[in-house]
Amino acid sequence: MIAINTRKQQDSDLTEIKRMLFRLGKIGGNAVIRAVWALEKGDGAAARSIIEGDDALDELTRRIDADCMSFGARYQPLGRDLRAVTSIMHMAVDLERVGDYGVNIARAALKMEGRVLIKPLIDIPRMAAILSEMLDKALTAFDAGDAETAKTVFVMDAQVDELEKQVVRELFTMVMERVDRLEQAFLLMNVARTLERAGDHATNIAERVIYMCTGKTAKASEYKRPRETEGVEP
Amino acid sequence: MTPEEKLVRTENLNLHYGENHVLKSVNFDISRGSVTAFIGPSGCGKSSYLRCLNRMNDFIPGARVDGRILIDGTDIYALGVDVIALRRRVGMVFQKPNPFPMSIYENVAYGPRLFGVKGRESLDEIVRSSLEGAALWGEVKDKLNTSGTGLSGGQQQRLCIARAIATQPELLLMDEPTSALDPFSTARIEELIRELKSRYTVAIVTHNMQQAARVSDRTAFFLLGELVEYGPTAHIFTAPDDKRTEDYITGRFG
Repeated sequence: MIAINTRKQQDSDLTEIKRMLFRLGKIGGNAVIRAVWALEKGDGAAARSIIEGDDALDELTRRIDADCMSFGARYQPLGRDLRAVTSIMHMAVDLERVGDYGVNIARAALKMEGRVLIKPLIDIPRMAAILSEMLDKALTAFDAGDAETAKTVFVMDAQVDELEKQVVRELFTMVMERVDRLEQAFLLMNVARTLERAGDHATNIAERVIYMCTGKTAKASEYKRPRETEGVEP
Repeated sequence: MTPEEKLVRTENLNLHYGENHVLKSVNFDISRGSVTAFIGPSGCGKSSYLRCLNRMNDFIPGARVDGRILIDGTDIYALGVDVIALRRRVGMVFQKPNPFPMSIYENVAYGPRLFGVKGRESLDEIVRSSLEGAALWGEVKDKLNTSGTGLSGGQQQRLCIARAIATQPELLLMDEPTSALDPFSTARIEELIRELKSRYTVAIVTHNMQQAARVSDRTAFFLLGELVEYGPTAHIFTAPDDKRTEDYITGRFG
């Protein structure tokens, strides 16, 4: 008997879309990491190259969107195929946004080009590193179809949120000491805020991965910050 | 639960064709006024189940039914059940349109006449309302006396639906009603199914998963004579509970 793989074309088309999503994830995540590095090192050239790379990111997002539409029209997917393709469309939007945030941070780095930072950056690069790991985990989970790995992202988002608060607190104190630090403090607070938001997008991606794997909606809030919900009496 | 909510109750139904165990301990209910789709690979028992509902398996030598099917609370396999009366309450539309070789009018009037409706006026009214109900009236009202077999495939199928609803059944069974039709005729039948459910309960067997997803409220997945999963259609087609259902709807096995 000849075994006919009826899903050959469909699987290969879906794999191609997934591959593009990974690439988008890599580019988006790298944009943030490199932008923070450019800020830290005052490297204007690096910042400029990130800003210039934004068009490629947009183009890739557009292609993923178009290919998902075409996949839907061709195969009218159901079940896990349907969950995969709709999840990818959402995830692409989140990843593109992360890339945009990288560009925003790169713009901040450009403003800082040639100037001395009011303080050495410690928590902001840590936030960027955690974010990068979150994206990595979420996409690895997506690739492996592993909901448990995706859940680990939620805890990391709580860490990013915590660090953002810490950065803001610290910068406030510095401004109170010397008001001429205001402009830079404001800029750095914005960067921290941007990273915190990027973390939210990574969390969205993890939630999508869980839905894709299990068919059940997961809410990050059910997994993270147990200590905030502890001790809260109604 | 009042008998009004569940039109059909299937309790531990087993069907054998000779040695062949075709349906295995099937249990589930069909709600009144709903459309239920039956999906599954060929030979998995879905059409056989449909045929149990109007006792069409009675015609098959060696067929044996155990368990119970209750329609409106009555066990249709109980002794003394009037099978002809049952088939009036349970209409059926087949895969290939099969109008009788007679006029459009007679095709629709045949059933009601068989069940004792007399008088030209009453029959005229039934023919008109049934053809309207099947969304065919406008196309045939001026040629009711021409042969039903002269209509297009899609029209013939709607004529068969008109014929099936002319006896005012409670339950309408459809065994792949659009598999021989073009997309436009299919869309018209699907639209019709959605309209029919305000008056009838519809059970449809289809190999077209997208069709099941479009027209039905609940979907039942059969595999090798077993009812694997039964639930709200949106759930079955987006995130079914059973891996076998997921594999089937995504084409992972045939």
